[in-house]
Amino acid sequence: MSVRPDPLDVRALPSYAFGRLSLMWWGTVGMMLIEGTVFAICILMYFYLRGIAPAWPIDAAPPDLLWGSVNTLILLASLLPNQLAKRAAEREDRGRARLWLVVCLLFAVAFLVVRALEFGTLNVQWYANAYGSVVWLLLGLHTTHLITDTIDTVVLTVLLFTGPFEGKRFVDVSENALYWYFVVASWLPIYAVLYLAPRGGT
Amino acid sequence: MTEAASVSRERLYDGPDAGAATHSALAQTWSDPPGWRGWFAAINHKTIAGRFIAATFLFFVLGGLLALAMRWQLASPRTRAVGPDMYAQLFTMHGTTMMFLFAVPVMQAVATYLVPLMIGARSVAFPRMNAFAFWIFVMGGAFLFIGFVAGAGPNTGWFSYVPLASADYAPGKGVDIWAQMITFTELAGLLEAIVLITTILKMRAPGMSLSRMPLFVWATLVTQCMVLFAMPSVMLGSTSLILDRLVGTHFYNPARGGDVLLWQHLFWFFGHPEVYLIFIPPLGFISTIIATFARRPVFGYTAMVLSLIAIAFLAFGLWVHHMFATNLPEIGKAFFTAASLAIALPSGVQIFCWLATLITGRLQFRTPLLFVLAFFFILVLGGLSGVMLGSVSLDLQVHDTYFVVAHLHYVLLGGAVFPLFGAFFYWFPKFRGRMLSERLGRWQFWLFFVGFNVTFFPMHWLGLQGMPRRVWTYPEGMGWDGMNLLSTVGAFAIAASVLLFIVNVARSWRHGAIAGADPWHAGTLEWTIASPPPPHNFDAMPVVQGREPAWGARPRRAVSGLAADAREVLTTSVRDADPLTRSLFPSPSLWPFISALATTALFVASVFTPWAVVWGAVPVALAVIAWFWPGRAETEQALALETKP
Amino acid sequence: MSAAQAADNYSVLKPAGVQAATILTLWHITLGVCSIVFAGVLAALLFAVHRSRRGVRDNHAAEGKAAAMQARPATRRWVAGASIASALALTGLVVIDFMTDRALSRLPVADALHIEMTGSQWWWEARYPGRDGQPGFAVSNDLHIPVGRPVVVTLQAADVIHTFWVPNLHGKKDMLPGRPTTIEFRADEAGTYRGQCAEFCGVQHAFMAFGVTAETPEQFDQWQAHQAAPAANPSDDTATRGRDVFLASSCAGCHTVRGTSATGNLGPDLTHFASRPTIAAGTVPNERSVLMQWVRDPQSLKTGTTMPPAALPESDLQAVVHYLASLK
Repeated sequence: MSVRPDPLDVRALPSYAFGRLSLMWWGTVGMMLIEGTVFAICILMYFYLRGIAPAWPIDAAPPDLLWGSVNTLILLASLLPNQLAKRAAEREDRGRARLWLVVCLLFAVAFLVVRALEFGTLNVQWYANAYGSVVWLLLGLHTTHLITDTIDTVVLTVLLFTGPFEGKRFVDVSENALYWYFVVASWLPIYAVLYLAPRGGT
Repeated sequence: MTEAASVSRERLYDGPDAGAATHSALAQTWSDPPGWRGWFAAINHKTIAGRFIAATFLFFVLGGLLALAMRWQLASPRTRAVGPDMYAQLFTMHGTTMMFLFAVPVMQAVATYLVPLMIGARSVAFPRMNAFAFWIFVMGGAFLFIGFVAGAGPNTGWFSYVPLASADYAPGKGVDIWAQMITFTELAGLLEAIVLITTILKMRAPGMSLSRMPLFVWATLVTQCMVLFAMPSVMLGSTSLILDRLVGTHFYNPARGGDVLLWQHLFWFFGHPEVYLIFIPPLGFISTIIATFARRPVFGYTAMVLSLIAIAFLAFGLWVHHMFATNLPEIGKAFFTAASLAIALPSGVQIFCWLATLITGRLQFRTPLLFVLAFFFILVLGGLSGVMLGSVSLDLQVHDTYFVVAHLHYVLLGGAVFPLFGAFFYWFPKFRGRMLSERLGRWQFWLFFVGFNVTFFPMHWLGLQGMPRRVWTYPEGMGWDGMNLLSTVGAFAIAASVLLFIVNVARSWRHGAIAGADPWHAGTLEWTIASPPPPHNFDAMPVVQGREPAWGARPRRAVSGLAADAREVLTTSVRDADPLTRSLFPSPSLWPFISALATTALFVASVFTPWAVVWGAVPVALAVIAWFWPGRAETEQALALETKP
Repeated sequence: MSAAQAADNYSVLKPAGVQAATILTLWHITLGVCSIVFAGVLAALLFAVHRSRRGVRDNHAAEGKAAAMQARPATRRWVAGASIASALALTGLVVIDFMTDRALSRLPVADALHIEMTGSQWWWEARYPGRDGQPGFAVSNDLHIPVGRPVVVTLQAADVIHTFWVPNLHGKKDMLPGRPTTIEFRADEAGTYRGQCAEFCGVQHAFMAFGVTAETPEQFDQWQAHQAAPAANPSDDTATRGRDVFLASSCAGCHTVRGTSATGNLGPDLTHFASRPTIAAGTVPNERSVLMQWVRDPQSLKTGTTMPPAALPESDLQAVVHYLASLK
């Protein structure tokens, strides 16, 4: 009878970790894959409908460039406090993480307000035709992500102030920052599709 | 190490040398809370999976009853048991129930039960989200059936083509309810996919590298990755349909720039992978059952895994074969013929590997194996009729006839339902601790096998004789009467076989022979623990050294050092399952259930008024925030166990 | 018509035209290949079962050895060989599939007869072009075509998706709203072939059939000339009264009878209604008593049909039916 091998003792392992080592990262990446697919399919719908239309946009001027472009800049700029919050979290600096999250929220207010202005200057209604429908769908889907990301960030920010607090909350902040990156990155192709594509070509 | 040494401070730690006190502490830690509140707050993966499996089985039975009503109506051309509109609701509900409420979810449900047991884990990842997904699924299915019973059943087919499904031609709420049910079930499916993928990649026992993972776990991983990319398509499609119907968008309205084929693309880009979501997990059941009852590992592990991955990729490239009769360009259609036939190749490789296993193994003909052997007859026949349908020219003759009804039932029942029953017989002893009756199992099997072929084989001929699908009756004198009657007789035989299964389960529940931990002498980890498993699954996490750990050398190495009085879970690395962290998992909570109720209110109300999307979102947000918000006690426990990275 | 005859004029297996015949050839080849594969898989399965029943008995202690079993080279060769054979068979099938698709698309269509068909819930309208000084005309549910001459049918849908399908002549083609398309075929044998809608299009999808009569070119010319002519004048008083009631009531709002003031186009053209074998797209035979019931209460014969009941007193109803029966 052979001797029982020594057990593999894991008592000393950390109780949380950042990035790919955390389960939260994988959950976040899963969400990104899903939502990325949603955006990709919606963009494909846009080009599909454009492909069968004799003229595009259908009976409408392209969306005004102003607010969409302003928002693109705001979103890109928000990546800075986002990254700083992420870095502070990974250094387990609660104070700095809190600070940069609040700055992120200021950007969030800005981009939500400008997003409302974007809707107002799309130059087409969702019920006018298929072009209007897909434009509103695409912008609406992205806006849903802006709203949920903002709410997530508000909740995390409050939590960082009030507690209850443990080290794993820093992982949540880091993963929230990852998702924020996704929401901004996914905007870039959508911006191109909504604002630039109808101006190119015929 | 003695038990005394394994206790430090006031805390009990698990390990291979831990004693009964530790085991009961583990059981206590991982149990569901008692009482009614506890019932709604439960998050143990086995509890949720059990409920989930029971719910999908209930939908299977309901879907079957709907089919019996259809077959009754079609038994003779003179039958007028139901009228055309009710028949349209029957076939819509039958297809919808079987595809959205049974076939796809049951595979996820079984996986959430089995995967942790097979990979040596105490839980699934995100157990609260797992519970939430279950509640959403059940509420979505209930929504559909309540609508049906209340006279607002959908009646435009399970695939709901526009413009028939638009507000102009399908007034009333039936189609809206159907489309929103899709939102429910696809949300649940997507969340379950995240749960399962994360579990499989990050929570395997140390030593269970990817190349040592059981084939069923591979099948689940591949399937759930497909879910992420397939389900969004139908969600967008059905959401666009609701928008067209309720707020006046024009996605599918050709008069305003929309396109009726857009729906078909969105639906089938999901719909074709969907049948593989249904088919691939049973490929995992078959591998498991064949290995056990051939008393040898499946031949060609690497080829089997690569075939699964190939099938998953190819599945996304076939969808236009549902649209061969449309006016899409011929050259495009030809590509999809090539792809549709190509996918037969990896499926064929798997079949050849299994046949090789069966031929070189020593077979024990227990009921699970019988159901798996039926696969080789029924699925292969269905796959071959699929090769026929992959040809544009042949498809143009038999598309939308009973030939397709025959094909789809041969592949779905042969490829999924027969192996699923095999899986039920195989794992029921683990789930319940008692064996199902072999005798009743054999009766069920033969009644099902014969009944199935009597029901569906004649339909190939009916299709060639021109009988279209989705007809509530047919003219006399077409020569279709005899085959239809035969088909109906077979359907009742199938029903009888399902009834036998229910009787078997009911009797064996309390009176079946005691199973013990390993009645089949099988090779995977779930057979190394008690039947039924304790709440914490493993007294000590195993350290895995081969592909069939239960057939491996003893004594087996194990993990020690996880707290017994806290829900500590070991997470490991993706490729080689090296230990990484001791993660503290959340405890039972009512918030997933409450969030599901709020989400249901949002979804249901928005079928009646678009403003519900706005005000309905508020309770959902509040419930989800409350769910996430950490409690004081749980934070203190976490801090006591905290070790920084 | 006997069941056997009915089976013959509505079957994939009894081609009466070149397109359907080409497809049937492919069917036979594919069926042959698939049957061989199926037999092979079953043979392997039975071999496995047979070998096991003859072989070693249950041995619970053997699972250790099972786990240590190595893959034998012979097994590997068989699996690889079967896989390669499958790949070759599948490639072969793809090739003949492509060849068949191409053959179907290359039907010579010089001197084709052009028909425009529109599918509606739940009937068919076919418009024939004018020629030789004869005007074009519309018929419903019963087409005639000349044997041996290609036919190009333009397919449109008035409401939802329908599908044009005459199995004896060709495969299906969808009629998609907003996406007009064509189907091309040729009848090579005279006969009357049944067609049916093959895309679920609402409650009476089951009763949306039509007929295609292929006849000699001379017979076809006669038919075409007859259909192009305006409606026969009423031959007796009842028919005259029937025509007057028809024109005065809601009938004329939906139906056309060329040569009268009825020019409605929501329902089928009735100019030569009495020359058709069935009413309501193959649902019921075109006999006087049935026609009475149809006009009086269409829902009783085809629930959900869009034709409203005729709110006419009984004697008016009889006169209208008498008139319709005279429209040969």
